[in-house]
Amino acid sequence: MIVKLLEYQAKRQFARVGIEVPAGRLARTPEEAAAAARELGRVAVKAQVPIGGRGKAGGIAVVSSPDEAHREAARILAMEIRGYPVRSVWCEAGLEIAHELYLGITLDRDRRRLALILSAAGGMEIEEVAATSPERIAKLWPDPFAGPHPFQVRELAFSALAHAPALDEARGRLASALVPLAQTLYRLALDLDAVTCEINPLALTADGRLVAADGKLEVDENAEYRHRELAAELALDLEGEDGRTGEDPYEAEAKRRGLTYVHLPGGSIGCIGNGAGLAMNTLDLVQQVGGRPNNFLDIGGGASAEKVRSSLAMILSDPDVRGVFINIFGGITRGDEVARGIVQARDELGITLPVVVRMTGTNEEEGRRILAEAGIVPGTSAPEAARQIVELVGGAH
Amino acid sequence: MAILLDASNRVLVQGITGREGSFHTQQMQAYGTQVVAGVVPGRGGGATLGVPIFDTVVEAVAKTGADTAFTIVPPAFAADAVMEAAAAGLRLGICVTEGIPVLDMVRATAFVDGTSMRLIGPNCPGVMTPGQAKIGFIPNHVGRPGRVGVVARSGTLTYEVIQGLSESGYGETTAVGIGGDPVLGSTFVDILPLFAGDPATEAVVLVGEIGGSDEERAAEWIRSSGFDRPVIAFISGRTAPPGKRMGHAGAIISGTTGSARGKIDALSAAGAAVADTIEDVVRLVGERLTP
Repeated sequence: MIVKLLEYQAKRQFARVGIEVPAGRLARTPEEAAAAARELGRVAVKAQVPIGGRGKAGGIAVVSSPDEAHREAARILAMEIRGYPVRSVWCEAGLEIAHELYLGITLDRDRRRLALILSAAGGMEIEEVAATSPERIAKLWPDPFAGPHPFQVRELAFSALAHAPALDEARGRLASALVPLAQTLYRLALDLDAVTCEINPLALTADGRLVAADGKLEVDENAEYRHRELAAELALDLEGEDGRTGEDPYEAEAKRRGLTYVHLPGGSIGCIGNGAGLAMNTLDLVQQVGGRPNNFLDIGGGASAEKVRSSLAMILSDPDVRGVFINIFGGITRGDEVARGIVQARDELGITLPVVVRMTGTNEEEGRRILAEAGIVPGTSAPEAARQIVELVGGAH
Repeated sequence: MAILLDASNRVLVQGITGREGSFHTQQMQAYGTQVVAGVVPGRGGGATLGVPIFDTVVEAVAKTGADTAFTIVPPAFAADAVMEAAAAGLRLGICVTEGIPVLDMVRATAFVDGTSMRLIGPNCPGVMTPGQAKIGFIPNHVGRPGRVGVVARSGTLTYEVIQGLSESGYGETTAVGIGGDPVLGSTFVDILPLFAGDPATEAVVLVGEIGGSDEERAAEWIRSSGFDRPVIAFISGRTAPPGKRMGHAGAIISGTTGSARGKIDALSAAGAAVADTIEDVVRLVGERLTP
């Protein structure tokens, strides 16, 4: 999973390692935005939300006076952009931009490396450039221990700039300037465990400086333990005093419970599986026999009875759920543990909805015995169990 | 015949004294796997489950002749453990740890590439050669020696397929769980050629899922190599919405890449039979095996 930093947080990280960014101030109130405009002059007031398309949604305004900054900030701070309430705005001084480039780092799964990507066609989505004119994108896969060597970055630069005649004269100077910038960005990506670290556009200013005009940083959640401060800062910005996070409320609750859960709103069958592949397949099976899954929930390897109980409570919190399908194939997960959790949850939560359990694998005999003694009949075939639960909730929703 | 693992592998366990490490080591011993050592830094000189414990892998190798590592240590230490195993000259490493930072694995796989070790995983269920040995989580009772090779990204679906093949009497040569992370030691295109070199493997079941392009690359390999045995494929995640990670770090449809449809189409075009359910996998295998 990935933690997306806000624009201002990305820019603070860039600035910290010496990558130039435009002067800016963070404002959480209209008054702070007005003060920023007084200090910086003409500024762009930009909504800080972890999602693209905020300009189109009206979340960015260019203002030329403190009063205007106050008014626009008040408007933007009251907005919700694609489900994300705006908690803060970034007020940023303008730039004299001569040309927009793209410089980014992203995880390349096939090559098992971070790819360093440069294009003279900055300012638009790099995926779009890749689709329409792939020759305008230059890529490099540095050795992860050594990072990009200067000659590699120069090769990258000359290759990318070959498609930008306007920059032909400046190409030598640009290539030299890109060497330390690319090396710094690569080090930053490694330091932050970033799987995306993008400067787009990378502005070449009228006076020849390279400035990170916008930034995108996505951090690997598996590495969150190495970046506690960053995570805390992000949590502060995404969760307001009302506890709203902009996420699906069920997914937010699942996160609090520490569950791997994806909500499929409107579905009628709650699904639990152990292991991601099996849990995914559980949804596929329900759909194949005409049911509508309400969620993906992987109780993972070695799940405890308590985790099973918490998972059931989580699923049943959505009133759309009219039955539950639990699909367990024990490997590291032990059938008896899961069975104990199911029985405990049913008794404690007073579950009256139909529950179908398919259980096989490690300690399955013990698990099936526990279920049977509690009056829950376990099945062994997954497609058969899927048919059973769909029948019990009355076919397709 | 088998690939990667048979009764002769001498296995050391990194993390043998942990709760899961200890449980699964006992399961492996019960299955017949030759476990020869444990490695736990600072606890060298002790013993557990009838095998000696060493401080370092290199010492364990020198004293026991271990050639295979089973790595079951917490995520923060796993990539380093994998590199330690590779540096000590082992020929096979199987890492089951889930939740390793992906850039740790970028470095670890680059390091392993410079050694002679083949890495399976991380975040994988391990490898089983029925009747001979197993390393990892695959339940002992599901395998049965036989004719079909299995390679899968998901753990639980690996068990499902093995059980289906065993119950129907076809059995397995070797089953390999390659793992659900975005950066893996081995992918389908690394394992398929091993099955191609194993005359006992008469067909291969490939279990993929949404995310990345490993299945598409497998399809390309099947086509370009002229692989002469039937491939039966199964892809999970047909109902998955784009942009949502379905449990595995690697199972996410991003933009236009990684959908179940694209993978099913690529594999079908390469001549693989694509099954709708696990039951279907077994039926399709049966239709394609010569009696």
